[in-house]
Amino acid sequence: MGSSPELILNLGLMAMLIVVAFAVVRMRSLFAIVMLQGVYSLLSAAWFVSLDAVDVAFTEAAVGAGISTVLMLGAMLLTDRNAKPISVRQKMGPFLIVVVAGLAMFYAIGDMPAYGDAMSPANAYIGAEYIEATKREIFLPNVVTAVLASYRGFDTFGETVVIFMAGLGIMLLLGLDGKAGQWRAKPNGRNICTSSPPARKMASALEAPVATKKRTVKKATKKPKSKTAGTKS
Amino acid sequence: MSPHLILKVVAKMLIPLIALFGFYVQFHGDFGPGGGFQAGVILAAAVILYALIFGVDAAKKAVPESWIRIGMSFGVLLYGGTGVATWFLGGNFLDYTVFAPHSTHAAGQHWGIFAVELGVLCTVTCAMLAIFYAFGSRIPELSDEDW
Repeated sequence: MGSSPELILNLGLMAMLIVVAFAVVRMRSLFAIVMLQGVYSLLSAAWFVSLDAVDVAFTEAAVGAGISTVLMLGAMLLTDRNAKPISVRQKMGPFLIVVVAGLAMFYAIGDMPAYGDAMSPANAYIGAEYIEATKREIFLPNVVTAVLASYRGFDTFGETVVIFMAGLGIMLLLGLDGKAGQWRAKPNGRNICTSSPPARKMASALEAPVATKKRTVKKATKKPKSKTAGTKS
Repeated sequence: MSPHLILKVVAKMLIPLIALFGFYVQFHGDFGPGGGFQAGVILAAAVILYALIFGVDAAKKAVPESWIRIGMSFGVLLYGGTGVATWFLGGNFLDYTVFAPHSTHAAGQHWGIFAVELGVLCTVTCAMLAIFYAFGSRIPELSDEDW
């Protein structure tokens, strides 16, 4: 951990992380919880910087504090404001799992290599080879980029495809205009999407040649009024 | 007076800086921390900030949905295409050395990494925006009680 100012900084960051974690658990305002999760990510990013893991810190700050917060904000606006109360007996199971997992982690601390240990598995074998070879073969100061894009280019290709698949899945399921599927969430009693889903439109279009004109017209006029329409299809 | 005037003014000042920082992270990633993934997220964050302050419809005018569809696929194709190009030049898949085999300072590697990171940037930016557009379009404008 080195000098004492750094130690104080690390301890301070860890203490703040714990405080924020407890605040997230105890708080009841969803907006504040989402914001605190962003704060948690930013604090861990600061902690990663003090551990000299700048690239990880960068990603944590951009993804954890940036994008995730926004997406959680979106999810928050779509969820209900009230939840069913959970009895103490129902909480015992998860609590037991948390305690056991926590104790197992404390037990494992003894086997962890010391911080910055040159002989630790992460630093010793292939890691040392990459650091040594990057200077000679890639001529880049940032070893992380060399490993990510060149030595492990195959893996990164896979990661890029995974992100592509995630975006593609979201597009196929939800569409970019937010009108795909039936959408009936009503936070604070406000209707979010009143337009009819494409699936229903398609179903009525398929029905149309057989059915009489009257029926389809009747259906169309009914749609915007009835709030529960479309659950059966 | 439009609501949230201060937010709008501050956001207008910040968004170009965020985008500029995103490009810095992208093209300086070989020398400092960062790379395609981080830069992509930062660029997407610039657009998302715009959407949060000015509304998703305004953001969709600035960055249309068709760009997202094209950009997302283009990124993967650029990455994979770099690998295919190394095949045609006689190397293994993603073996960038063949781009400049006689270079003494590994210029081929630099070109390969540049192309690949550009592909990552396109895909990550567009995928993040796709996820945000898909969810953001379903949300009504932030009401004052939610702030």
